[in-house]
Amino acid sequence: MPTIIFNRPDDRSERIDASAGDSVMQVATTNGIDEIVAECGGNAMCATCHVYVDEGWIARLAPMSEEEDELLNGVAAERLENSRLSCQIKITPELDGLVVRLPDRQI
Amino acid sequence: MSASGFAPSAGVPHMDIDPFSIEFFEDPHPAHEVLREAGPVVWFDKWKVYGVARHAEVHAVLNDPLTFCSSRGVGLSDFAKEKAWRPQSIILEADPPEHARTRAVLSRVLSPTVMKQLRGSFVAAAEARVEALLAKGSFDAIADLAEAYPLSVFPDALGLKPEGRENLLPYASLVFNSFGPPNKLRQDAIERSAPHQAYVAEQCQRENLAPGGFGACIHARADAGDITAAEAPLLVRSLLSAGLDTTVNGIGAAVYCLARFPDQWARLRSDPTLARNAFEEAVRFESPVQTFFRTTTRDVEISGVGIGEGEKILMFLAAANRDPRRWDRPDEYDVTRKTSGHVGYGSGIHMCVGQLVARLEGEAVLSALAKRVSAIEITGPATRRFNNTLRGLESLPVSIKAA
Ligand code: HEM
Ligand code: FES
Repeated sequence: MPTIIFNRPDDRSERIDASAGDSVMQVATTNGIDEIVAECGGNAMCATCHVYVDEGWIARLAPMSEEEDELLNGVAAERLENSRLSCQIKITPELDGLVVRLPDRQI
Repeated sequence: MSASGFAPSAGVPHMDIDPFSIEFFEDPHPAHEVLREAGPVVWFDKWKVYGVARHAEVHAVLNDPLTFCSSRGVGLSDFAKEKAWRPQSIILEADPPEHARTRAVLSRVLSPTVMKQLRGSFVAAAEARVEALLAKGSFDAIADLAEAYPLSVFPDALGLKPEGRENLLPYASLVFNSFGPPNKLRQDAIERSAPHQAYVAEQCQRENLAPGGFGACIHARADAGDITAAEAPLLVRSLLSAGLDTTVNGIGAAVYCLARFPDQWARLRSDPTLARNAFEEAVRFESPVQTFFRTTTRDVEISGVGIGEGEKILMFLAAANRDPRRWDRPDEYDVTRKTSGHVGYGSGIHMCVGQLVARLEGEAVLSALAKRVSAIEITGPATRRFNNTLRGLESLPVSIKAA
Protein backbone atom coordinates (compact mmCIF):
# COMPACT_ATOMS: atom_id res chain seq x y z
CA MET A 1 0.00 0.00 0.00
CA PRO A 2 1.46 3.37 -0.98
CA THR A 3 1.87 5.80 1.93
CA ILE A 4 1.13 9.50 1.43
CA ILE A 5 2.60 12.10 3.77
CA PHE A 6 0.58 15.25 4.42
CA ASN A 7 2.40 18.17 6.05
CA ARG A 8 -0.02 20.52 7.73
CA PRO A 9 0.37 24.32 7.83
CA ASP A 10 1.37 24.05 11.53
CA ASP A 11 4.08 21.53 10.53
CA ARG A 12 2.34 18.51 12.02
CA SER A 13 2.73 15.61 9.64
CA GLU A 14 0.32 12.73 8.88
CA ARG A 15 1.28 9.46 7.18
CA ILE A 16 -1.69 7.75 5.56
CA ASP A 17 -1.89 4.39 3.79
CA ALA A 18 -3.65 4.83 0.48
CA SER A 19 -5.04 2.53 -2.20
CA ALA A 20 -3.72 2.76 -5.72
CA GLY A 21 -6.39 4.20 -8.00
CA ASP A 22 -7.72 6.68 -5.43
CA SER A 23 -6.86 10.35 -5.76
CA VAL A 24 -4.78 12.20 -3.16
CA MET A 25 -7.93 14.27 -2.47
CA GLN A 26 -9.93 11.12 -1.66
CA VAL A 27 -7.22 9.89 0.69
CA ALA A 28 -7.25 13.24 2.49
CA THR A 29 -11.01 13.66 2.84
CA THR A 30 -11.61 10.09 3.99
CA ASN A 31 -8.88 10.38 6.62
CA GLY A 32 -9.80 13.61 8.38
CA ILE A 33 -7.36 15.92 6.62
CA ASP A 34 -9.61 18.97 7.02
CA GLU A 35 -7.31 21.28 5.06
CA ILE A 36 -8.68 19.71 1.87
CA VAL A 37 -12.21 21.02 1.25
CA ALA A 38 -12.93 19.41 -2.14
CA GLU A 39 -16.25 21.16 -2.64
CA CYS A 40 -16.83 19.67 -6.09
CA GLY A 41 -16.07 16.09 -5.17
CA GLY A 42 -13.15 15.74 -7.55
CA ASN A 43 -14.87 17.04 -10.67
CA ALA A 44 -12.11 19.61 -11.31
CA MET A 45 -14.45 22.53 -10.80
CA CYS A 46 -13.66 24.13 -7.45
CA ALA A 47 -9.90 24.37 -6.79
CA THR A 48 -10.49 23.76 -3.06
CA CYS A 49 -8.25 20.67 -2.98
CA HIS A 50 -5.02 22.60 -3.59
CA VAL A 51 -1.71 21.11 -2.36
CA TYR A 52 2.00 21.93 -2.71
CA VAL A 53 3.83 18.86 -3.90
CA ASP A 54 7.30 18.28 -2.39
CA GLU A 55 9.99 19.48 -4.80
CA GLY A 56 11.50 16.02 -5.04
CA TRP A 57 8.21 14.53 -6.21
CA ILE A 58 6.77 17.10 -8.56
CA ALA A 59 8.50 15.77 -11.68
CA ARG A 60 7.36 12.23 -10.95
CA LEU A 61 3.65 13.09 -11.26
CA ALA A 62 1.69 12.82 -14.47
CA PRO A 63 1.61 16.27 -16.11
CA MET A 64 -1.39 18.48 -15.41
CA SER A 65 -4.21 19.06 -17.86
CA GLU A 66 -5.08 22.44 -19.31
CA GLU A 67 -8.17 22.62 -17.05
CA GLU A 68 -6.14 21.97 -13.92
CA ASP A 69 -3.67 24.66 -14.94
CA GLU A 70 -6.51 27.13 -15.43
CA LEU A 71 -8.16 26.20 -12.13
CA LEU A 72 -4.91 26.64 -10.24
CA ASN A 73 -4.98 30.32 -11.19
CA GLY A 74 -8.00 30.63 -8.92
CA VAL A 75 -6.70 28.94 -5.74
CA ALA A 76 -7.18 30.82 -2.46
CA ALA A 77 -3.61 30.46 -1.13
CA GLU A 78 -0.70 31.58 -3.29
CA ARG A 79 -0.08 29.50 -6.40
CA LEU A 80 3.51 28.25 -6.48
CA GLU A 81 5.58 26.28 -9.00
CA ASN A 82 4.67 23.08 -7.16
CA SER A 83 0.94 23.75 -6.81
CA ARG A 84 -1.40 20.94 -7.87
CA LEU A 85 -5.03 19.96 -7.37
CA SER A 86 -5.04 16.85 -5.23
CA CYS A 87 -8.16 15.43 -6.93
CA GLN A 88 -6.16 15.25 -10.15
CA ILE A 89 -3.29 13.21 -8.66
CA LYS A 90 -4.02 9.51 -9.02
CA ILE A 91 -2.15 7.29 -6.63
CA THR A 92 0.03 4.58 -8.16
CA PRO A 93 2.44 2.19 -6.44
CA GLU A 94 5.30 4.41 -7.67
CA LEU A 95 3.96 7.27 -5.56
CA ASP A 96 4.69 5.41 -2.30
CA GLY A 97 6.13 8.03 0.04
CA LEU A 98 4.68 11.06 -1.81
CA VAL A 99 4.95 14.20 0.31
CA VAL A 100 2.50 17.09 -0.05
CA ARG A 101 2.20 20.29 1.97
CA LEU A 102 -1.26 21.66 2.75
CA PRO A 103 -2.00 25.35 2.22
CA ASP A 104 -3.47 27.40 5.08
CA ARG A 105 -6.70 28.13 3.22
CA GLN A 106 -8.78 26.83 0.32
CA ILE A 107 -11.61 29.37 0.10
CA MET B 1 -33.36 -12.60 -8.62
CA SER B 2 -36.39 -10.93 -10.10
CA ALA B 3 -37.66 -10.80 -13.61
CA SER B 4 -37.52 -7.06 -14.06
CA GLY B 5 -40.30 -5.24 -12.28
CA PHE B 6 -42.29 -8.03 -10.61
CA ALA B 7 -40.74 -9.01 -7.32
CA PRO B 8 -37.51 -8.29 -5.51
CA SER B 9 -34.73 -10.72 -4.70
CA ALA B 10 -35.33 -12.91 -1.67
CA GLY B 11 -34.73 -11.22 1.66
CA VAL B 12 -35.16 -7.62 0.49
CA PRO B 13 -37.56 -5.83 2.84
CA HIS B 14 -40.88 -4.87 1.23
CA MET B 15 -42.00 -1.28 1.85
CA ASP B 16 -45.62 -0.28 1.52
CA ILE B 17 -44.60 3.39 1.73
CA ASP B 18 -45.30 5.48 -1.40
CA PRO B 19 -42.30 7.85 -1.58
CA PHE B 20 -44.14 9.99 -4.16
CA SER B 21 -47.31 10.62 -2.16
CA ILE B 22 -48.37 13.95 -0.67
CA GLU B 23 -48.46 12.27 2.73
CA PHE B 24 -44.80 11.29 2.34
CA PHE B 25 -43.82 14.77 1.12
CA GLU B 26 -45.53 16.44 4.12
CA ASP B 27 -42.89 14.98 6.43
CA PRO B 28 -40.38 12.65 4.75
CA HIS B 29 -37.91 12.36 7.63
CA PRO B 30 -39.61 9.65 9.72
CA ALA B 31 -40.20 7.63 6.54
CA HIS B 32 -36.56 8.13 5.49
CA GLU B 33 -35.52 6.66 8.81
CA VAL B 34 -37.75 3.64 8.28
CA LEU B 35 -36.18 3.10 4.85
CA ARG B 36 -32.63 3.47 6.16
CA GLU B 37 -33.18 1.13 9.07
CA ALA B 38 -35.05 -1.54 7.05
CA GLY B 39 -31.86 -2.58 5.24
CA PRO B 40 -29.17 -1.47 2.79
CA VAL B 41 -31.58 -2.09 -0.11
CA VAL B 42 -35.40 -2.00 0.03
CA TRP B 43 -38.24 -2.71 -2.39
CA PHE B 44 -41.28 -0.52 -3.03
CA ASP B 45 -44.33 -2.68 -3.67
CA LYS B 46 -46.30 0.19 -5.13
CA TRP B 47 -43.86 1.11 -7.92
CA LYS B 48 -41.92 -2.16 -8.15
CA VAL B 49 -38.51 -0.57 -7.75
CA TYR B 50 -35.55 -0.95 -5.45
CA GLY B 51 -34.45 1.87 -3.17
CA VAL B 52 -31.29 2.84 -1.28
CA ALA B 53 -31.45 5.35 1.57
CA ARG B 54 -28.15 4.94 3.46
CA HIS B 55 -25.20 7.17 2.64
CA ALA B 56 -22.79 4.35 1.77
CA GLU B 57 -25.13 2.68 -0.72
CA VAL B 58 -26.32 5.94 -2.31
CA HIS B 59 -22.70 7.00 -2.71
CA ALA B 60 -21.72 3.63 -4.18
CA VAL B 61 -24.54 3.66 -6.74
CA LEU B 62 -23.73 7.25 -7.77
CA ASN B 63 -20.08 6.34 -8.25
CA ASP B 64 -20.55 3.31 -10.52
CA PRO B 65 -22.18 4.85 -13.60
CA LEU B 66 -21.45 1.90 -15.88
CA THR B 67 -23.41 -0.53 -13.69
CA PHE B 68 -26.04 1.99 -12.56
CA CYS B 69 -26.72 3.90 -15.74
CA SER B 70 -28.46 7.20 -16.41
CA SER B 71 -29.13 6.71 -20.12
CA ARG B 72 -32.31 4.72 -19.40
CA GLY B 73 -33.64 7.77 -17.54
CA VAL B 74 -33.03 9.16 -14.06
CA GLY B 75 -36.76 9.00 -13.32
CA LEU B 76 -38.99 5.97 -12.86
CA SER B 77 -39.69 5.60 -16.57
CA ASP B 78 -37.26 3.18 -18.28
CA PHE B 79 -36.30 4.63 -21.68
CA ALA B 80 -35.46 1.13 -22.88
CA LYS B 81 -39.15 0.27 -22.53
CA GLU B 82 -40.99 3.59 -22.80
CA LYS B 83 -40.43 6.61 -25.01
CA ALA B 84 -39.16 9.62 -23.02
CA TRP B 85 -41.68 12.50 -22.74
CA ARG B 86 -39.12 14.88 -24.26
CA PRO B 87 -35.92 14.27 -26.25
CA GLN B 88 -33.46 12.71 -23.79
CA SER B 89 -30.92 14.98 -22.03
CA ILE B 90 -27.45 14.59 -23.54
CA ILE B 91 -25.72 15.16 -20.18
CA LEU B 92 -28.01 14.14 -17.30
CA GLU B 93 -29.33 11.10 -19.15
CA ALA B 94 -26.05 10.06 -20.79
CA ASP B 95 -23.42 7.49 -19.76
CA PRO B 96 -19.65 7.29 -20.16
CA PRO B 97 -17.93 7.67 -22.52
CA GLU B 98 -20.42 9.99 -24.30
CA HIS B 99 -21.20 11.90 -21.11
CA ALA B 100 -17.64 13.23 -20.75
CA ARG B 101 -17.84 15.29 -23.93
CA THR B 102 -21.03 17.21 -23.12
CA ARG B 103 -20.03 17.49 -19.46
CA ALA B 104 -16.71 19.11 -20.43
CA VAL B 105 -18.62 21.79 -22.34
CA LEU B 106 -20.87 22.74 -19.42
CA SER B 107 -17.97 22.54 -16.92
CA ARG B 108 -16.16 25.09 -18.97
CA VAL B 109 -19.18 27.36 -19.40
CA LEU B 110 -19.82 27.27 -15.62
CA SER B 111 -16.17 27.27 -14.49
CA PRO B 112 -14.61 29.08 -11.51
CA THR B 113 -13.16 31.65 -13.92
CA VAL B 114 -16.64 32.47 -15.20
CA MET B 115 -17.91 32.68 -11.60
CA LYS B 116 -15.26 35.27 -10.79
CA GLN B 117 -16.63 37.45 -13.57
CA LEU B 118 -20.21 37.06 -12.34
CA ARG B 119 -19.48 37.47 -8.67
CA GLY B 120 -19.67 41.27 -8.52
CA SER B 121 -23.07 41.52 -10.18
CA PHE B 122 -24.53 38.56 -8.26
CA VAL B 123 -23.42 40.07 -4.93
CA ALA B 124 -24.71 43.55 -5.84
CA ALA B 125 -28.10 42.11 -6.84
CA ALA B 126 -28.37 40.23 -3.53
CA GLU B 127 -27.50 43.34 -1.53
CA ALA B 128 -30.05 45.41 -3.45
CA ARG B 129 -32.70 42.74 -2.91
CA VAL B 130 -32.06 42.66 0.84
CA GLU B 131 -32.21 46.49 1.04
CA ALA B 132 -35.57 46.46 -0.75
CA LEU B 133 -36.89 43.78 1.61
CA LEU B 134 -35.71 45.74 4.66
CA ALA B 135 -37.71 48.69 3.38
CA LYS B 136 -40.76 46.42 3.15
CA GLY B 137 -40.24 44.83 6.56
CA SER B 138 -42.71 41.97 6.05
CA PHE B 139 -42.75 39.78 2.97
CA ASP B 140 -42.94 36.23 1.62
CA ALA B 141 -39.43 34.73 1.80
CA ILE B 142 -40.27 32.37 -1.07
CA ALA B 143 -41.83 34.66 -3.69
CA ASP B 144 -39.96 37.83 -2.73
CA LEU B 145 -36.53 36.36 -2.03
CA ALA B 146 -35.99 32.66 -2.89
CA GLU B 147 -37.67 33.11 -6.30
CA ALA B 148 -37.10 36.80 -6.92
CA TYR B 149 -33.32 36.70 -6.43
CA PRO B 150 -32.46 33.83 -8.82
CA LEU B 151 -34.94 35.26 -11.34
CA SER B 152 -33.07 38.57 -11.14
CA VAL B 153 -29.65 37.07 -11.93
CA PHE B 154 -29.82 33.64 -13.60
CA PRO B 155 -31.89 34.35 -16.74
CA ASP B 156 -29.66 37.34 -17.51
CA ALA B 157 -26.50 35.29 -16.94
CA LEU B 158 -27.91 32.75 -19.39
CA GLY B 159 -28.71 35.49 -21.90
CA LEU B 160 -32.49 35.03 -22.11
CA LYS B 161 -34.83 37.61 -23.57
CA PRO B 162 -37.05 39.44 -21.07
CA GLU B 163 -40.26 38.15 -22.67
CA GLY B 164 -41.67 34.82 -21.62
CA ARG B 165 -39.59 34.26 -18.48
CA GLU B 166 -42.78 33.41 -16.59
CA ASN B 167 -42.47 29.99 -18.29
CA LEU B 168 -39.20 29.18 -16.54
CA LEU B 169 -40.42 28.01 -13.14
CA PRO B 170 -43.39 26.04 -14.53
CA TYR B 171 -41.06 24.31 -17.02
CA ALA B 172 -38.59 23.37 -14.29
CA SER B 173 -41.36 22.12 -12.05
CA LEU B 174 -42.58 19.98 -14.96
CA VAL B 175 -39.12 18.50 -15.53
CA PHE B 176 -38.69 17.57 -11.86
CA ASN B 177 -42.23 16.18 -11.59
CA SER B 178 -41.59 14.06 -14.67
CA PHE B 179 -38.90 12.00 -12.88
CA GLY B 180 -41.61 10.62 -10.62
CA PRO B 181 -44.11 7.81 -11.26
CA PRO B 182 -47.27 8.34 -13.32
CA ASN B 183 -49.11 9.96 -10.40
CA LYS B 184 -51.29 13.06 -10.45
CA LEU B 185 -48.36 15.45 -10.01
CA ARG B 186 -46.64 14.06 -13.09
CA GLN B 187 -49.72 13.72 -15.24
CA ASP B 188 -51.04 17.21 -14.49
CA ALA B 189 -47.62 18.70 -15.19
CA ILE B 190 -47.24 16.94 -18.54
CA GLU B 191 -50.80 17.79 -19.58
CA ARG B 192 -50.14 21.49 -19.07
CA SER B 193 -46.65 21.42 -20.55
CA ALA B 194 -47.11 22.38 -24.22
CA PRO B 195 -46.67 26.18 -23.93
CA HIS B 196 -43.68 25.86 -21.58
CA GLN B 197 -42.00 23.32 -23.84
CA ALA B 198 -42.54 25.57 -26.85
CA TYR B 199 -41.01 28.52 -24.98
CA VAL B 200 -37.97 26.54 -23.90
CA ALA B 201 -37.35 25.04 -27.35
CA GLU B 202 -37.39 28.54 -28.80
CA GLN B 203 -35.05 30.07 -26.17
CA CYS B 204 -32.43 27.37 -26.72
CA GLN B 205 -31.80 28.60 -30.28
CA ARG B 206 -28.68 30.61 -30.86
CA GLU B 207 -30.40 33.73 -32.20
CA ASN B 208 -32.39 34.08 -28.98
CA LEU B 209 -29.40 34.06 -26.63
CA ALA B 210 -27.56 37.28 -25.77
CA PRO B 211 -23.81 37.42 -26.50
CA GLY B 212 -21.57 36.64 -23.53
CA GLY B 213 -24.19 34.61 -21.64
CA PHE B 214 -23.98 30.89 -20.75
CA GLY B 215 -26.24 30.07 -23.71
CA ALA B 216 -24.08 31.86 -26.26
CA CYS B 217 -20.96 30.26 -24.75
CA ILE B 218 -22.49 26.82 -25.25
CA HIS B 219 -23.21 27.60 -28.91
CA ALA B 220 -19.63 28.85 -29.28
CA ARG B 221 -18.40 25.40 -28.23
CA ALA B 222 -20.21 24.06 -31.30
CA ASP B 223 -18.12 26.39 -33.49
CA ALA B 224 -15.02 25.05 -31.77
CA GLY B 225 -16.13 21.51 -32.70
CA ASP B 226 -16.59 20.22 -29.13
CA ILE B 227 -20.28 19.50 -29.78
CA THR B 228 -22.46 19.55 -32.89
CA ALA B 229 -24.74 22.46 -33.77
CA ALA B 230 -27.70 20.21 -33.04
CA GLU B 231 -26.41 19.40 -29.54
CA ALA B 232 -25.95 23.01 -28.42
CA PRO B 233 -29.68 23.78 -27.91
CA LEU B 234 -30.06 20.59 -25.88
CA LEU B 235 -27.30 21.69 -23.50
CA VAL B 236 -28.89 25.11 -23.15
CA ARG B 237 -32.08 23.26 -22.28
CA SER B 238 -30.25 21.50 -19.43
CA LEU B 239 -29.51 24.87 -17.84
CA LEU B 240 -33.10 26.02 -18.32
CA SER B 241 -34.33 22.79 -16.69
CA ALA B 242 -31.94 22.51 -13.78
CA GLY B 243 -30.58 25.98 -13.13
CA LEU B 244 -33.44 27.91 -11.57
CA ASP B 245 -35.95 25.92 -9.53
CA THR B 246 -33.06 24.13 -7.77
CA THR B 247 -31.52 27.34 -6.45
CA VAL B 248 -34.98 28.70 -5.61
CA ASN B 249 -35.47 25.72 -3.33
CA GLY B 250 -31.89 25.89 -2.06
CA ILE B 251 -32.18 29.55 -1.05
CA GLY B 252 -35.67 28.91 0.35
CA ALA B 253 -34.27 26.04 2.43
CA ALA B 254 -31.43 28.18 3.78
CA VAL B 255 -33.69 31.08 4.79
CA TYR B 256 -36.14 28.64 6.39
CA CYS B 257 -33.28 27.09 8.41
CA LEU B 258 -31.92 30.45 9.56
CA ALA B 259 -35.40 31.66 10.53
CA ARG B 260 -36.08 28.47 12.53
CA PHE B 261 -32.72 28.13 14.28
CA PRO B 262 -31.83 31.49 15.89
CA ASP B 263 -28.58 30.21 17.41
CA GLN B 264 -27.32 29.35 13.91
CA TRP B 265 -28.50 32.72 12.61
CA ALA B 266 -26.54 34.39 15.44
CA ARG B 267 -23.41 32.45 14.50
CA LEU B 268 -23.71 33.44 10.88
CA ARG B 269 -24.24 37.09 11.87
CA SER B 270 -21.15 37.08 14.04
CA ASP B 271 -19.12 35.71 11.12
CA PRO B 272 -20.64 36.39 7.68
CA THR B 273 -17.80 34.48 6.02
CA LEU B 274 -19.75 31.37 7.11
CA ALA B 275 -22.37 32.23 4.46
CA ARG B 276 -21.11 29.76 1.88
CA ASN B 277 -21.00 26.93 4.39
CA ALA B 278 -24.39 27.88 5.85
CA PHE B 279 -25.85 27.50 2.36
CA GLU B 280 -24.06 24.20 1.79
CA GLU B 281 -25.37 22.88 5.11
CA ALA B 282 -28.92 23.88 4.09
CA VAL B 283 -28.47 21.85 0.90
CA ARG B 284 -27.46 18.87 3.05
CA PHE B 285 -30.15 19.43 5.67
CA GLU B 286 -33.13 20.02 3.36
CA SER B 287 -31.86 18.40 0.13
CA PRO B 288 -33.77 20.51 -2.43
CA VAL B 289 -33.29 17.63 -4.90
CA GLN B 290 -34.58 14.65 -2.94
CA THR B 291 -34.19 11.68 -5.26
CA PHE B 292 -32.93 10.36 -8.57
CA PHE B 293 -33.12 6.92 -10.18
CA ARG B 294 -30.56 4.74 -11.91
CA THR B 295 -31.08 1.55 -13.99
CA THR B 296 -28.91 -1.56 -13.64
CA THR B 297 -27.02 -2.58 -16.77
CA ARG B 298 -26.13 -6.06 -15.45
CA ASP B 299 -26.77 -8.41 -12.55
CA VAL B 300 -25.08 -6.80 -9.56
CA GLU B 301 -24.78 -6.98 -5.79
CA ILE B 302 -25.25 -4.00 -3.47
CA SER B 303 -24.14 -4.73 0.11
CA GLY B 304 -24.77 -8.41 -0.43
CA VAL B 305 -28.19 -7.98 -2.06
CA GLY B 306 -28.40 -9.39 -5.59
CA ILE B 307 -30.22 -7.23 -8.14
CA GLY B 308 -30.99 -8.24 -11.71
CA GLU B 309 -30.27 -6.39 -14.94
CA GLY B 310 -32.75 -3.73 -16.05
CA GLU B 311 -33.98 -2.80 -12.54
CA LYS B 312 -34.72 0.74 -11.46
CA ILE B 313 -33.08 1.90 -8.22
CA LEU B 314 -34.36 4.96 -6.38
CA MET B 315 -31.62 6.86 -4.54
CA PHE B 316 -32.75 8.89 -1.53
CA LEU B 317 -30.21 11.73 -1.51
CA ALA B 318 -32.08 13.41 1.35
CA ALA B 319 -32.02 10.28 3.53
CA ALA B 320 -28.30 9.76 2.84
CA ASN B 321 -27.69 13.35 3.89
CA ARG B 322 -29.09 12.56 7.33
CA ASP B 323 -27.80 9.02 7.74
CA PRO B 324 -26.51 8.70 11.33
CA ARG B 325 -23.94 6.17 10.00
CA ARG B 326 -22.28 9.07 8.20
CA TRP B 327 -23.19 12.23 10.16
CA ASP B 328 -22.97 13.33 13.79
CA ARG B 329 -26.23 14.98 14.92
CA PRO B 330 -27.70 14.49 11.42
CA ASP B 331 -30.97 16.26 12.24
CA GLU B 332 -29.29 19.46 13.40
CA TYR B 333 -28.64 22.40 11.12
CA ASP B 334 -25.10 23.55 11.95
CA VAL B 335 -23.55 26.39 9.92
CA THR B 336 -20.05 25.31 10.96
CA ARG B 337 -20.47 21.63 10.01
CA LYS B 338 -17.91 20.05 7.73
CA THR B 339 -20.39 19.25 4.95
CA SER B 340 -18.02 17.66 2.46
CA GLY B 341 -19.35 14.27 1.37
CA HIS B 342 -23.03 15.25 1.34
CA VAL B 343 -24.87 14.09 -1.78
CA GLY B 344 -27.26 17.04 -2.17
CA TYR B 345 -25.56 17.77 -5.50
CA GLY B 346 -25.08 14.08 -6.25
CA SER B 347 -21.58 12.54 -6.41
CA GLY B 348 -19.24 11.27 -9.10
CA ILE B 349 -19.43 12.07 -12.80
CA HIS B 350 -22.96 13.55 -12.78
CA MET B 351 -22.40 15.64 -9.64
CA CYS B 352 -24.13 18.94 -10.28
CA VAL B 353 -22.31 20.85 -13.00
CA GLY B 354 -24.06 24.05 -11.87
CA GLN B 355 -22.88 23.77 -8.26
CA LEU B 356 -20.69 26.86 -8.49
CA VAL B 357 -23.62 28.96 -9.70
CA ALA B 358 -25.79 27.56 -6.89
CA ARG B 359 -23.15 28.29 -4.24
CA LEU B 360 -22.49 31.76 -5.60
CA GLU B 361 -26.20 32.63 -5.41
CA GLY B 362 -26.60 31.07 -1.96
CA GLU B 363 -23.51 32.74 -0.56
CA ALA B 364 -24.47 36.13 -2.00
CA VAL B 365 -27.94 36.04 -0.42
CA LEU B 366 -26.87 34.71 2.99
CA SER B 367 -23.96 37.06 3.29
CA ALA B 368 -26.15 40.07 2.38
CA LEU B 369 -28.68 38.97 5.03
CA ALA B 370 -25.98 38.40 7.65
CA LYS B 371 -24.48 41.84 7.12
CA ARG B 372 -27.67 43.90 6.97
CA VAL B 373 -30.37 42.08 8.96
CA SER B 374 -30.46 41.65 12.73
CA ALA B 375 -33.47 39.33 13.07
CA ILE B 376 -35.66 37.12 10.88
CA GLU B 377 -39.02 36.16 12.33
CA ILE B 378 -41.58 33.75 10.88
CA THR B 379 -44.94 35.53 11.00
CA GLY B 380 -47.37 33.03 9.49
CA PRO B 381 -47.76 29.39 8.48
CA ALA B 382 -45.04 27.96 6.19
CA THR B 383 -46.82 26.00 3.45
CA ARG B 384 -45.27 23.27 1.29
CA ARG B 385 -45.02 23.04 -2.45
CA PHE B 386 -45.28 19.47 -3.72
CA ASN B 387 -43.12 18.05 -6.49
CA ASN B 388 -42.01 14.49 -7.26
CA THR B 389 -38.31 15.41 -6.95
CA LEU B 390 -37.93 18.88 -5.44
CA ARG B 391 -38.52 19.76 -1.81
CA GLY B 392 -39.38 23.30 -0.84
CA LEU B 393 -41.96 25.76 0.37
CA GLU B 394 -44.82 27.50 -1.41
CA SER B 395 -44.86 30.36 1.07
CA LEU B 396 -42.91 31.54 4.12
CA PRO B 397 -44.22 34.79 5.65
CA VAL B 398 -41.44 36.60 7.54
CA SER B 399 -40.49 39.98 8.88
CA ILE B 400 -36.93 41.29 9.19
CA LYS B 401 -35.22 44.14 11.03
CA ALA B 402 -32.21 46.18 9.98
CA ALA B 403 -28.95 45.58 11.84
C1 HEM C 1 -28.98 24.10 -4.83
C2 HEM C 1 -29.10 23.98 -6.13
C3 HEM C 1 -28.89 22.69 -6.89
C4 HEM C 1 -29.03 21.38 -6.48
C5 HEM C 1 -29.45 20.88 -5.09
C6 HEM C 1 -28.70 20.54 -7.61
C7 HEM C 1 -28.69 19.15 -7.58
C8 HEM C 1 -28.22 18.34 -8.59
C9 HEM C 1 -28.05 16.91 -8.49
C10 HEM C 1 -28.41 16.05 -7.29
C11 HEM C 1 -27.52 16.48 -9.68
C12 HEM C 1 -27.11 15.03 -10.02
C13 HEM C 1 -28.03 14.33 -10.96
C14 HEM C 1 -27.69 12.85 -11.12
O1 HEM C 1 -26.75 12.35 -10.50
O2 HEM C 1 -28.40 12.19 -11.89
C15 HEM C 1 -27.38 17.63 -10.53
C16 HEM C 1 -26.92 17.60 -11.84
C17 HEM C 1 -27.00 18.69 -12.69
N1 HEM C 1 -27.26 19.99 -12.35
FE1 HEM C 1 -27.72 20.68 -10.50
N2 HEM C 1 -28.39 21.32 -8.68
C18 HEM C 1 -28.48 22.64 -8.30
C19 HEM C 1 -28.24 23.76 -9.09
C20 HEM C 1 -27.95 23.72 -10.43
C21 HEM C 1 -27.70 24.89 -11.26
C22 HEM C 1 -27.70 26.33 -10.75
C23 HEM C 1 -27.49 24.43 -12.53
C24 HEM C 1 -27.17 25.19 -13.80
C25 HEM C 1 -26.57 26.34 -13.82
C26 HEM C 1 -27.57 22.97 -12.50
C27 HEM C 1 -27.42 22.13 -13.58
C28 HEM C 1 -27.24 20.76 -13.50
C29 HEM C 1 -26.96 19.90 -14.65
C30 HEM C 1 -26.86 20.34 -16.09
C31 HEM C 1 -26.80 18.60 -14.13
C32 HEM C 1 -26.43 17.33 -14.92
C33 HEM C 1 -24.96 17.06 -14.76
C34 HEM C 1 -24.49 15.74 -15.34
O3 HEM C 1 -25.33 14.86 -15.60
O4 HEM C 1 -23.27 15.59 -15.54
N3 HEM C 1 -27.85 22.58 -11.20
N4 HEM C 1 -27.80 18.77 -9.84
S1 FES D 1 -12.04 18.66 -5.57
FE1 FES D 1 -12.79 20.30 -6.73
S2 FES D 1 -11.12 20.71 -8.05
FE2 FES D 1 -10.38 19.10 -6.85
